[in-house]
Amino acid sequence: MSFMRNNLRSLLLWEIVEGMALTFSYMFKKRVTINYPYEKGPLSPRFRGEHALRRYPNGEERCIACKLCEAICPAQAITIEAEPRDDGSRRTTRYDIDMTKCIYCGYCEEACPVDAIVEGPNFEFATESREELFYDKEKLLANGERWEREIAANLRADAPYR
Amino acid sequence: MAELWSIYLLPGIIILAQILAIVVPLLLCVAMLTYAERKIMAAMQLRMGPNVVGPFGLLQAFADGAKLFFKETVLPTSANKIIFLIAPMLTFFLSLVAWVVIPFDEGMVMSDINVGILYLFAISSLGVYGIVMAGWASNSKYPFLSALRSAAQMVSYEVSIGFVIITVLLCVGSLNVSDVVQAQADGVWFFIPLFPMFIIFFISTLAETNRHPFDLPEAEAELVAGYQVEYSSMTFALFFLGEYANMILMSGLTAILFLGGWLPPFDIAPFNWIPGPIWFFLKIAFLLFVFVWVRVTLPRYRYDQLMRLGWKVFLPFSLFWVALTAGVLVAFDMVPNT
Repeated sequence: MSFMRNNLRSLLLWEIVEGMALTFSYMFKKRVTINYPYEKGPLSPRFRGEHALRRYPNGEERCIACKLCEAICPAQAITIEAEPRDDGSRRTTRYDIDMTKCIYCGYCEEACPVDAIVEGPNFEFATESREELFYDKEKLLANGERWEREIAANLRADAPYR
Repeated sequence: MAELWSIYLLPGIIILAQILAIVVPLLLCVAMLTYAERKIMAAMQLRMGPNVVGPFGLLQAFADGAKLFFKETVLPTSANKIIFLIAPMLTFFLSLVAWVVIPFDEGMVMSDINVGILYLFAISSLGVYGIVMAGWASNSKYPFLSALRSAAQMVSYEVSIGFVIITVLLCVGSLNVSDVVQAQADGVWFFIPLFPMFIIFFISTLAETNRHPFDLPEAEAELVAGYQVEYSSMTFALFFLGEYANMILMSGLTAILFLGGWLPPFDIAPFNWIPGPIWFFLKIAFLLFVFVWVRVTLPRYRYDQLMRLGWKVFLPFSLFWVALTAGVLVAFDMVPNT
């Protein structure tokens, strides 16, 4: 009997009809994708995107050239040189991140004692040349200025869990 | 001079106008078909589909065409140059030339020849040559395998297509394409009495046009793109256009043989106000939708399954149905034209 039934099912293309009905019903379902450049998905406050160097509200740079980020960076993407400034405070003269090496692990951000180096919410920093991805201090500080509002909000949101 | 005008020039111009009147809308339909296919597939896979070029992405096909047009045509050094270039032209040419006998409405056919069905069958069978030539002339592994597959596949399914056409012709009693449609005007459309044949014919046209689930000649997963591997730019575009024009042609043929061509579904007031070509277009559009729908739903057949289906299922079944139809027609004295 089951032999008959199986043959009848395949003769009537029953499973194909069922499958086609399923795909047809999917045609009227809600889309699961978003219209990317115009719509964007939600990001966690912990999202690790493009790096930025932050400043204090009075304009002083946060980084004290402790080089903890350079030490912890597993990809060795960070290069720091430092010397005392005229007023005696220790500051970096060079702070480079090779974004082509960076693996976006977020250790630099974790290691930083003064919340200077952070990974912001920006993930759209594709460039047309490799050289543009060798970020220097100037670029990182500019990023910090550009994203300060979002970064500060994210840090505040995540602070209770740290 | 007047003779030259009336005998050569005027008919020539009329024929040219007729050709343009068929080819230009056809190519527009091909462009829209590629767009529609992508949109329908996207909808069924819960995606967006092309939506950037033009309103709702409607101009996507033209953007793709322009892109292909400006690319370089790469000629592989080891290829047989002439055949390599002729193959896509042949595919494209054959997909267009068949439209000459397709009736869009009563009397609205470019060449009303009495062996129209035979002509269509011959032209659609020739379609395999484009692929075989491309596969051979490319002088490369994947295209060659693809050409072998394509030849075997098309020959296998041509046989059952032939038998299906014979069953329809038994019910019609004429090889004229317009007569096939007229025969359905009085009675029911042939897809009702010949429903199993309709299904077999549709599945065979899928195989004939190398569409999913029978797209073994261009199976991306195993043959990269089959016979299209070495093609680029306009030569590729011609294959692409030819393939989609062939899909439209085979849908048109299915509509003529089984869905009553240009006839409205009911010959009563609101339906027969709509002109025949529009009905024909709607039927083709429906069949093309099913083409895409099948593509979304079904996975690709394995090669031996494909052959098994063609030779061990479709061939005996269609042969049986030819005998059955003929027997019924004779037994109940319904043979046409007697």
